Amino acid sequence: MNAHGIVHKYGDHVDTDVIIPARYLNSQDHKELASHCMVDIDTEFVKRVKDGDIMVAGVNFGCGSSREHAPVAIKASGISCVIAKNFARIFYRNAINIGLAILECPAASEGIENGDEVSVDYDTGVITNITKNETYQAEPFPEFIMDMIQKGGLMASIQK
Amino acid sequence: MGMTMTQKILAAHAGLSEVRAGQLIRAKLDLVLGNDITTPVAINEFEAAGFDKVFDKSKIAMVMDHFAPNKDIKSATQCKQCRTFAKRFDIDNYYDVGAMGIEHALLPEKGLVGPGEAVIGADSHTCTYGALGAFSTGVGSTDLGAAMATGETWFKIPSAIKVYLTGEMKPYVSGKDVILTLIGMIGVDGARYQSLEFAGPGVANLTIYDRLTIANMAIEAGAKNGIFPVDDVTRAYVEGRVNRPWTAYEADEDAEYERTVEIDLSKIECTVAYPHLPENAHPASEGKDIAIDQIVIGSCTNGQLADMAAAAAVLKGKHLAPGVRGIVIPATQSVYRECMRLGYTDIFLDAGCIVSTPTCGPCLGGHMGILAAGERCVSTTNRNFVGRMGHVDSEVYLASPAVAAASGIAGHIAHPEEVL
Repeated sequence: MNAHGIVHKYGDHVDTDVIIPARYLNSQDHKELASHCMVDIDTEFVKRVKDGDIMVAGVNFGCGSSREHAPVAIKASGISCVIAKNFARIFYRNAINIGLAILECPAASEGIENGDEVSVDYDTGVITNITKNETYQAEPFPEFIMDMIQKGGLMASIQK
Repeated sequence: MGMTMTQKILAAHAGLSEVRAGQLIRAKLDLVLGNDITTPVAINEFEAAGFDKVFDKSKIAMVMDHFAPNKDIKSATQCKQCRTFAKRFDIDNYYDVGAMGIEHALLPEKGLVGPGEAVIGADSHTCTYGALGAFSTGVGSTDLGAAMATGETWFKIPSAIKVYLTGEMKPYVSGKDVILTLIGMIGVDGARYQSLEFAGPGVANLTIYDRLTIANMAIEAGAKNGIFPVDDVTRAYVEGRVNRPWTAYEADEDAEYERTVEIDLSKIECTVAYPHLPENAHPASEGKDIAIDQIVIGSCTNGQLADMAAAAAVLKGKHLAPGVRGIVIPATQSVYRECMRLGYTDIFLDAGCIVSTPTCGPCLGGHMGILAAGERCVSTTNRNFVGRMGHVDSEVYLASPAVAAASGIAGHIAHPEEVL
């Protein structure tokens, strides 16, 4: 499984309130949530994003509220994968539970710039920056998490 | 090697005699919590997975507090979905308008969380119950949906930071100032994935309400949970509320901590966190140049009776500065009633404030006090992110009830001593 797309880059401590502001949480519709994704820090994101694109950020991505609407909005916007130096813990759980690929990779977070063309090999964790001709090695998922992903997410993994 | 308090609680709930940091476990849960924003998504997942029963109807709590009383038709529809689910499965602890309060004030008040218990909630401030010596942490809706079906969830055993407290707080200083100071010291990711375990002789000098406020904002340092030892203050609070056996766990003498942060409570000042991160801590006394448009006193962080008392003590006989709007939100029906009985409601109304029924409303920019572009609010809530309380060009300054009240009177960020 692979991802390949153009990068939308953000900084440190991107919180779930800016990923999807609470004023839109009266909806559970994925497309509607996606239409407001990142609006409070980047009004152009929803106009610019294309299916398969990749989001890259700094430390503590997804901090704040536990709203699962945040990874849902990112995924439904077309983003295939989020790469960050590290993630806030509730966001990390939520992303895995809903099937949004996330990778921790400080080197990629440092090296990749907004607009770069990037591909990701999930099996090896190798991230390739096609624009800059660089590669970075991401942390592999812990075995337990990989097992849950292979079973199709949390709900599928607990069904008898 | 010894275990931290958090590790002991998790080990007990996993049926293990010992756990170590980094270990993955499945733990049985004593309570699972959802609200009107997160529960509908959990119900969708629960139903899509084909579950037709909940694990225990007495161990699920649903509180309609975020956009309730319903702010619009979509919010009404979400509450209706929760109500229908609660009725279908005869959920004992479903709290709707008239009975509800802000979830993290309501659950302790109702005795739904006891020391030593393990709780997850689809709300990030579920970490509040660490004040009672419980393990509690926030999760997402899918985790909630799965836990409603199975009564279990998985955890990675966290390492811990020991926060060693000494001394006694000065007048007007409260638990809010302690946690804002701590977050200022370690940063919004300073305890990421870790427990904040409070210890030391200073703990005895903190009321249960100080502890609830401190544990509530552990998530704002990125922590998985924040937890206090069980002492006489805890026992006095849970007595008569928690009518089932509970366990006081203690960290082992040789428990391993990643590091220790020492705080002398007597050195803590009234503190304000400036936009747009809770780590931007500044002394309240240095905020005279920051004019404000609104104060909010309430929320899961500071909506308890002690918080109302602290605000009333500052506002008594005074009035808000011209142009400042004051919104006071007692966190539960019982806090609301006590505010009336004790005369606080009159003090708030005489000062020019409004007093609202319980709701999370303004804290997350939902309703009941949204800010326009360029407006500033001193708020006793927990987050000051971009756009948190309204327009992206508005600003939230986090503070204690006493500081918010004083700022309302002064018309700018103020230490209570400035207006008294």
